[in-house]
Amino acid sequence: MLLSLDALKETPSQTAGPYVHIGLMPNSCGIEGVYADDLGSVMVNDKTLGARIAISGRIFDGAQTPVRDAVLEIWQADHTGLYNSPSERRGTADPNFTGWGRSATAAEDGVFRFETIKPGRVPFKDGRMMAPHITVWIVARGINIGLHTRLYFPEEAEANAVDPLLLRIEHRARVETMIATRTGQDYTFDIHLQGPSETVFLDI
Amino acid sequence: MSMRSNDAPETGAFFGRDRTWHSPALTPGYKTSVLRAPQRALLSLDGTLSETTGPVFGHGMIGELDNDLIHNFAKPGESAIGERIVVHGRVLDERGRPVRGALLEFWQANAGGRYRHKKETYLAALDPNFGGCGRTICDDEGHYAFRTVRPGAYPWPNGVNDWRPAHIHFSVFGHGFAQRLITQMYFEGDPMIWKCPIVNTIPDKAAIEQLIALLDWNNTIPMDARAYRFDIVLRGRRSTLFENRLEGN
Repeated sequence: MLLSLDALKETPSQTAGPYVHIGLMPNSCGIEGVYADDLGSVMVNDKTLGARIAISGRIFDGAQTPVRDAVLEIWQADHTGLYNSPSERRGTADPNFTGWGRSATAAEDGVFRFETIKPGRVPFKDGRMMAPHITVWIVARGINIGLHTRLYFPEEAEANAVDPLLLRIEHRARVETMIATRTGQDYTFDIHLQGPSETVFLDI
Repeated sequence: MSMRSNDAPETGAFFGRDRTWHSPALTPGYKTSVLRAPQRALLSLDGTLSETTGPVFGHGMIGELDNDLIHNFAKPGESAIGERIVVHGRVLDERGRPVRGALLEFWQANAGGRYRHKKETYLAALDPNFGGCGRTICDDEGHYAFRTVRPGAYPWPNGVNDWRPAHIHFSVFGHGFAQRLITQMYFEGDPMIWKCPIVNTIPDKAAIEQLIALLDWNNTIPMDARAYRFDIVLRGRRSTLFENRLEGN
């Protein structure tokens, strides 16, 4: 018999379901008085360093219909490229920036929105610098395991062109599915779950 | 986060996810998945700092009643109606290490299977003393516990006569964003589990069994509440076998 490595198996994922808001953002769905605030609803304060930006968008299903019951979480570095996390060993991130945010797609029009700052660059494993990006995670009814993707910035064409992850996308036409569009300090990032414009999702 | 002073945070990349153990994206028995499943292959990426790091939450954010669903929405002196239970367990990683400081959020229907949500239309009544949300943070050994009422089964418009088994939704934060997990906990002995199209999106029976909490008789509180035990396993991290690498192995 082979030596057993005795590793545990990861707990299997299940869909977040249509009522995910009850647990993740109770105040927003009318369950008030349990938590003071919904976690992740505010990422910045008056002292946060870096360029203020807003990110909004919608998630479309395979029939091009907006998904109106999803929850998105984003995770990003501060303006210098440091993460506000205990496993960040390169320095201390801006204490006035959480780096993490949570937003639901609105029940009416399916729009999600984050107010944050533009992240600095973070090194890839081999030391090459990645282009500025935001890690995005999506859960919803009908999604059995959370979907990971990244948002990149359109004005960073030079950095995007040498980004180690974007370079790995074989079908070059799909690169643009990870790049937001910009109007001033407002970015739009629409996500397509399936079909011809399907967003690149990651196994990370 | 509670961290022993001599215990540096781990920074290695995570074990790859076994996507044959998890549900595939497309599971037509669960109808909503059909138009919400990506059709193209995922782009695989061994963890970078953007995935090996993640938000960690302090115990200070947790209110006194956050882990008591029997009372956290109830009027003073009143409590939720239903079978009183304690749900507890440990959060471990695939190497069997406790995930200390892990944030758990949970949500559920009331004892009659009714959710407090404006999109929910099931005719079972709301309980005026039950909200249905809670959260807690694991201690240094990865233990968590909360008190609630056992949720009821409820019907849903999938097949003509589909009912969800009694379940509690869990959202879990480990130490890296790649560990982020949402799942559902079921109850030992519930015959509804094996009929459920959402449960049956999981291909392996052993994986389904990992979601079933066991009646924990020894921790049942006499004349008060029964106990269920539910352990959660998050992705493990590679050990730093070669220290000259920038980030882990």
